[in-house]
Amino acid sequence: MKFAVIVFPGSNCDLDMYHAVKDVLGEEAEYVFHTETSLEGFDGVLLPGGFSYGDYLRCGSIAQFSPIMAEVKRFAEEGRPVLGVCNGFQVLVEAGLLPGVLMRNRDLKFMCKTVELVVENNETMFTSDYAAQETIRVPIAHGEGNYYCDEATLETLKAKGQIAFTYKENPNGSVENIAGITNEAGNVLGMMPHPERAVEALLGGEDGKRLFTSIVKWGARHVTYN
Amino acid sequence: MKKVNVYVTLRESVLDPQGVAVKGGLEHLGFAGIESVRIGKVIELQVADETTEDMVKEMCEKLLVNTVIENYEIEMGVLA
Repeated sequence: MKFAVIVFPGSNCDLDMYHAVKDVLGEEAEYVFHTETSLEGFDGVLLPGGFSYGDYLRCGSIAQFSPIMAEVKRFAEEGRPVLGVCNGFQVLVEAGLLPGVLMRNRDLKFMCKTVELVVENNETMFTSDYAAQETIRVPIAHGEGNYYCDEATLETLKAKGQIAFTYKENPNGSVENIAGITNEAGNVLGMMPHPERAVEALLGGEDGKRLFTSIVKWGARHVTYN
Repeated sequence: MKKVNVYVTLRESVLDPQGVAVKGGLEHLGFAGIESVRIGKVIELQVADETTEDMVKEMCEKLLVNTVIENYEIEMGVLA
């Protein structure tokens, strides 16, 4: 599978994302700068963490108008895998590819630690290598990860199985302990925790790796190479 | 040119942890009787004379405001 790692001005987890896919999984990966306009030839899109455009106005709000984002939207509408982590999640909600919004953490602090997540839905292209309700350990590093949506949206998220991950202990005030959600079609995942930082035992854990292997397995079934 | 102010506030249903912290700060300073503190922002624009309120509204909906959690008010003014 060939992954595009989108690089916005201010992205800082792009190297980690590239490393996870290319070096750890042995898949193809390329950096795609925010000014580019084509994702031709790619099978998956990864939006990394960081502080795109300095988080000015609201996190992710300006990145959504980067030239590449129109192409990311088209890619998502075609049902192909799009993963946004941390700031990438914030970009996806601002771009309207995922519902809700990420607000300032409940305690106003930037939280940087490893947390326990529960896999709420293991029937997505991002989570198939996990067991249902499995507890995994993945680091978080964010100041604005407090997920919020209105009641009606929350009911839809629950009814359609769009809540992919929840926190075991809520670090930031997110509604229903939400750590990561998918779109209704299930091909766009946004999450605050960093699976790309948990892909090697040397780095403190491998629980994030199966998220990427899940995508690759999905790709093996669905991606056709010409 | 004319001046436009956009007042962005958090929707009532949304908890404002920043406001809560500031309220605590004011109470520590001895100010009594503070019911609540909520923090918003003002965006000041200088725009061409032909800019209409509808155009500013579009700016708000598309970028300046996240209507999931924020409300806004537009004040169309003149430059002194």
